[in-house]
Amino acid sequence: MATMPASASDLLKSFKLKTKQQELLIRVSILCLVYILAFITRLFSVLRYESMIHEFDPYFNYRTTLYLTENGFYDFWNWFDYESWYPLGRIVGGTLYPGLMVTAVLIYRILRFLRFAVHIREVCVLTAPFFASNTTLVAYFFGKEIWDSGAGLVAAILIAICPGYISRSVAGSYDNEGVAIFALLFTFYVFVKAVNTGSLAWSLVSAFGYFYMVSAWGGYVFIINLIPLYVLVFYFLDWVKHMLSDTKLFQAFLRITVTCAVAVGGIALGLGMVSGYISPWTGRFYSLLDPTYAKDHIPIIASVSEHQPTAWSSFMFDFHILLFLFPAGLYFCFKRLSDATIFIVMYGLTSMYFAGVMVRLILVATPAVCLISAIAVSATVKNLTVLLRSKNKVVQTGSTKRSGGSQSSSKALLDQSQPFQKNGAIALLFGAFYLLSRYATHCTWVTSEAYSSPSIVLAARGAHGNRVIFDDYREAYFWLRQNTPQDAKVMSWWDYGYQITAMGNRTVIVDNNTWNNTHIATVGRAMSSYEDEAIEIIRSLDVDYVLVVFGGVTGYSSDDINKFLWMVRIGGGVFPVIKEPDYLVNGEYRVDKGAAPKMLNCLMYKLCYYRFGEMMTEYGKPPGYDRARGVEIGNKDVKLEHLEEAFTTSNWIVRIYRVKPPNNRCEI
Amino acid sequence: MGRTSSTKEDAGALFHSLRSAYAATPVNLKIIDLYVGFAIFTALIQVVYMAMVGSFPFNSFLSGVLSCVGTAVLAVCLRIQVNKENKEFKDLPPERAFADFVLCNLVLHLVIMNFLG
Repeated sequence: MATMPASASDLLKSFKLKTKQQELLIRVSILCLVYILAFITRLFSVLRYESMIHEFDPYFNYRTTLYLTENGFYDFWNWFDYESWYPLGRIVGGTLYPGLMVTAVLIYRILRFLRFAVHIREVCVLTAPFFASNTTLVAYFFGKEIWDSGAGLVAAILIAICPGYISRSVAGSYDNEGVAIFALLFTFYVFVKAVNTGSLAWSLVSAFGYFYMVSAWGGYVFIINLIPLYVLVFYFLDWVKHMLSDTKLFQAFLRITVTCAVAVGGIALGLGMVSGYISPWTGRFYSLLDPTYAKDHIPIIASVSEHQPTAWSSFMFDFHILLFLFPAGLYFCFKRLSDATIFIVMYGLTSMYFAGVMVRLILVATPAVCLISAIAVSATVKNLTVLLRSKNKVVQTGSTKRSGGSQSSSKALLDQSQPFQKNGAIALLFGAFYLLSRYATHCTWVTSEAYSSPSIVLAARGAHGNRVIFDDYREAYFWLRQNTPQDAKVMSWWDYGYQITAMGNRTVIVDNNTWNNTHIATVGRAMSSYEDEAIEIIRSLDVDYVLVVFGGVTGYSSDDINKFLWMVRIGGGVFPVIKEPDYLVNGEYRVDKGAAPKMLNCLMYKLCYYRFGEMMTEYGKPPGYDRARGVEIGNKDVKLEHLEEAFTTSNWIVRIYRVKPPNNRCEI
Repeated sequence: MGRTSSTKEDAGALFHSLRSAYAATPVNLKIIDLYVGFAIFTALIQVVYMAMVGSFPFNSFLSGVLSCVGTAVLAVCLRIQVNKENKEFKDLPPERAFADFVLCNLVLHLVIMNFLG
């Protein structure tokens, strides 16, 4: 036993590592581990289900990537898609952001060149985790640029597992944000590097980074607005610094300006909105300034669940301890104000404002929050460990030759309250480690429970605790693919459009691109009318099949009946014949016996509850008990005149109806 | 009477002192200043032309004006980096500054040519 430690230290000594090299080794190994961690923490759904594309938008991206691999870039860039938005079609080439698809195809070509026989779908599924790992590296360099390498390491770790980022970059979430956050952070890092070094070459790299960002995501607007704002603030502060040569005056000036600016900005914004003067931005971006705008004027934007204002619980869920480390980091940044820290403070404050307005934008705030929190953690831990180490040195050396006079006096004070300081520092360090470990646990739990669901495959716990998988969506889409004519047109609500074209390979009427509000309103009108009126619209659109999603048997709550009021609102926004109060009873939305007569006889109700009246869904409840709404339905005797049932999936989640050809005319 | 003549003398003295201070700057900086002036002047001519003729291919107008403004900004950066009186750029060789300037101009004009439409 005595020889073991001796041989270990001999082993270390044989490496002959100096302190700097040891430090380098530690840093590189931490970065490697963080890189791997960021990748594998996003693989939950691949391990639980299979390697497939999640949600709705990624299916469109996957379909376009498939087209790009098969047909080459020129055809992709000039592609007119006649299989969606029938009969209008869609100009795909000019209306999408090609960065993601081009990146995935580039990776695919490189892997193929190295003779790895991968399918493009695997590359698409794993693109987002790969870029998340790259983002951690960029975060390390950025943190090093702003503060020091310790902060960089903490930033890399924090952003590797932060749920705000994981939510949009999990394996299978093949969406623009996966690549765009990497481009965003890279552009910002290179920009700050250019400001710090003053070299034009770095600014050229930042221009290329910005070009990549523009090709990847619509969020480039944030960069192009933040950078001029930063330049303005920076030059203003520089000018003031010149004017007030005394630093104390400058700090006081900072405090006063910040409070005044906030007050004046708030008043100006309020005045501008009240007088109607501020409105030059388009709908989606304007709703960032005035969150109530979309609800009144553009129901389609208001209906997207990701565009709702953020609740505190979402912030806590996505950020955990970073939420209170953020103000602490801001304090440290203000203490040591430099070009880079001004930038990160501005980035943090503006992105947190926008994150408060729209849930989806928590993603943009995540890198800033991680970086600033990393500064707080790193500075605190550094101060505490300095306290721990310096105490020993004061006892041993006692000489004041190295430190200045004031420092020696403070160390003398330290001397007197020595044991207190040391114990306090150790306790605080343990507290910090405990917090960070709770953060890691929380992030892993959140990733596993909330953000790894593919949305197209549903899972639930059976009566005996076993896992039950509902694969109804894919069942329905593959039925469509194999049992309908090639040129069949499918009408459904716009949520499912991308999935139907990608997996069912059939033409749809409306899809998730939502570029034509009138077309969507036509579909909404058809779904909310009586069957006789609806069939006119259906025949005018040349529809062959109608698809609805119904959760009454399984208790699935994101079905079309719960989304129905949005269909009514959007349809009613364009066709005033559809009035929302017709479907409500005393302002309440019901489907049971007390529901409005128009609700009980509209097309959506009939299609969802056809043959449901005889179904026993739960033991002890009457037949026709809707498990998602928790009530017994009002109209159990549903008869369809112009449509017939074509297919219902095994758990009744997706129901497909065929449009019958018009009847023969009879003289009698 | 006395006041106007004194302001005239002041203006004259100011102008002369500015001129003599400027004459003391090295030749290479004066060349860069001339280039910046030329670029801004070209941008102004384009704006006046647009005001007369109308802005129909707006792409072209934007790309013309932005190429002038962009190259002026890059020339100003070059001037800052080459100026021997700037302490922060003491150890930057002027050849490197000029190479950066040329490279950035190349990329700028590549983008402009693409945007001309």
